[in-house]
Amino acid sequence: MKLLEYQAKEVLASLGIAIPPGVVARNADEAVAAFARLGPVAVKAQVPVGGRGKAGGIKLARTADEARHAAEQIIGMEIKGFKVPLVYCESALEIDREIYLGFTVDRDARANVLMLSAKGGMDIEQVAEESAESIARLYPNPWRGPLDFELTQLVYDAELGDIARPLVALIKKLYRAIPDYDALTAEINPLVVTKKGDIVAGDAKLEIDDNSAWRHKDLEQKYGGVVEGDPYEAEAKKRGLTYVSLDGDIGIIGNGAGLCMGTLDLVQRAGGKPANFCDIGGGAKAEVVENALAVILMNPKVKGVVINVFGGITRGDEVARGVVTARDNLNMKLPLVVRLSGTNEEEGREILKRNGIEPGVSGWEAAKKIVELIRAGVRG
Amino acid sequence: MSILLDRATRVIVQGITGREGGFHTEQMQALGTNVVGGTSPGKGGTKHLGVPVFNTVADAVKATGANATGIFVPAPFAADAIMEAAAAGITLIVCITEGIPIQDMIRVKDFLRGYPQARLIGANCPGLITPGEAKIGIIPQRITSPGHVGLVSRSGTLTYEVASSLSAAGMGQSTIVGVGGDPVLGLTFRDVVQLFEKDPATTHLVLIGEIGGSDEEHAAELLAKGSRLKAVAFISGRTAPEGKRMGHAGAIISGNRGTARSKEEAFRKAGVEVAETTDDIVGMLR
Repeated sequence: MKLLEYQAKEVLASLGIAIPPGVVARNADEAVAAFARLGPVAVKAQVPVGGRGKAGGIKLARTADEARHAAEQIIGMEIKGFKVPLVYCESALEIDREIYLGFTVDRDARANVLMLSAKGGMDIEQVAEESAESIARLYPNPWRGPLDFELTQLVYDAELGDIARPLVALIKKLYRAIPDYDALTAEINPLVVTKKGDIVAGDAKLEIDDNSAWRHKDLEQKYGGVVEGDPYEAEAKKRGLTYVSLDGDIGIIGNGAGLCMGTLDLVQRAGGKPANFCDIGGGAKAEVVENALAVILMNPKVKGVVINVFGGITRGDEVARGVVTARDNLNMKLPLVVRLSGTNEEEGREILKRNGIEPGVSGWEAAKKIVELIRAGVRG
Repeated sequence: MSILLDRATRVIVQGITGREGGFHTEQMQALGTNVVGGTSPGKGGTKHLGVPVFNTVADAVKATGANATGIFVPAPFAADAIMEAAAAGITLIVCITEGIPIQDMIRVKDFLRGYPQARLIGANCPGLITPGEAKIGIIPQRITSPGHVGLVSRSGTLTYEVASSLSAAGMGQSTIVGVGGDPVLGLTFRDVVQLFEKDPATTHLVLIGEIGGSDEEHAAELLAKGSRLKAVAFISGRTAPEGKRMGHAGAIISGNRGTARSKEEAFRKAGVEVAETTDDIVGMLR
């Protein structure tokens, strides 16, 4: 789960890290009330993606009117596919220096890595590319966390020794997001040193591991569901399916992530444009296939569907019967091509044919067939 | 011959009395896998599927001399199960469980440094099979056949797909290893390739990778140093949309690696042919 900035900052505050005064506003009136409380504020769109500044999602408000206008403009706007549900009104900081602080999972090292750089701000990726050595790194022991002397080394490596003591204390607090919240990535960029010498989180990004949701039910309750993402993805999640929305017109269902991605590649190679894909997981139970087909068909752009099921232990005839039932229950009229393999696959293909569904022997053949059918404007 | 697993391997199943554990234990036994026992805390002293059940792995190892395990316990208990197996002296640990928190796996990986003889496969993987001899995990034996192709893969169903077309073409497999799709894993592509390289029965190699991480690139670097195996690689997800990114931390660490293009280029540079579709693999391997 990717937390919004205000949510991430609430978590940081709970760990003892200083954040600027701020208030969430769900409408223009609340933004005006926030201004009355805080004075001049930055009105910031709350979406779980980067680049919102460039998209016009952050505006400064020096008067109550400006706060109202900013909120009116930003709430409801779309940033990279996310409708902005609310804004965060935050007091502006008197910035002296901007630092980069974050941690993430280094897949190659199979470990967490803490990163610190004196060159904070927007272009940290460029810094990484041009002068990797100016980002200091530490791989803390995952059982005991970073020790003081290790953090002191990190801070001096980043040439931030003049504020070593407060920084070491702050990084230790940030690290608690790993054991306490199962965070995978946390980023404070910029970490602001104010003119008064305080160290405050200017922005905050935090991603919590979905695999650990059972350990943090409170987080999901408190923070889940604020952002309205893709409605189809939300529906699929409710039904326990993995679903990804794309831009084209061919629906794809497969069992297993690798096979789904493989089918996506095949459809594109055949000249088709996938509208979405839905992973029904290991097996291929009739009920699950029907659920997946229902979600796929919710998108009105879908002109045809290809189902690619590799049945290891699952029986081909059962899968075929499930697909036929699902199509009939959903009253589906669009072209449908099904590739299935597994025990009794021949029988499965016969069942499909008898019911007017095109069987494909291989994924590649099925992909070519669905593209052909859609081009020809065939109705199933 | 094979890698990691054969008829002689003494296998236990952690979570043998569970629905999944029980079902797949029967499948493993049907192939002839030497399943010597299982564990299920509280059920020690009983028998299940014809083998003794123990409360702990240490008890099982003491009584049966087990040297390998298949883990089918639910995600909240799986990390502990892996460490328990390593501490009990098990040398091949195959964890099928999916959905283990990544921070748990990071701690597991650190723990395993203290047990260098223990090899972990997975988690979130289909396991491994030496066709005609033994398997630990959930790869259906029906689609496999004994032979000389080593197959290593990050995906489950795509592995089955390729194994099945190899078998249909009369190209049997020495061992099939599904390393799993999680970001923090046990054995990597590179580790498995190294094992195949040393196995005289393996003459051909198929690598099924996918986007994300750089394990494929590392395996390619190894193969570039020279290999006696005729190898073909396939990467799934070349047209998958880029994940909606957030923050820069991931990019600082991974740079340009991890894309399908980067992986395919790495394999080509190493002299490994890259298949466009899984259907092409058999033809290219001949």
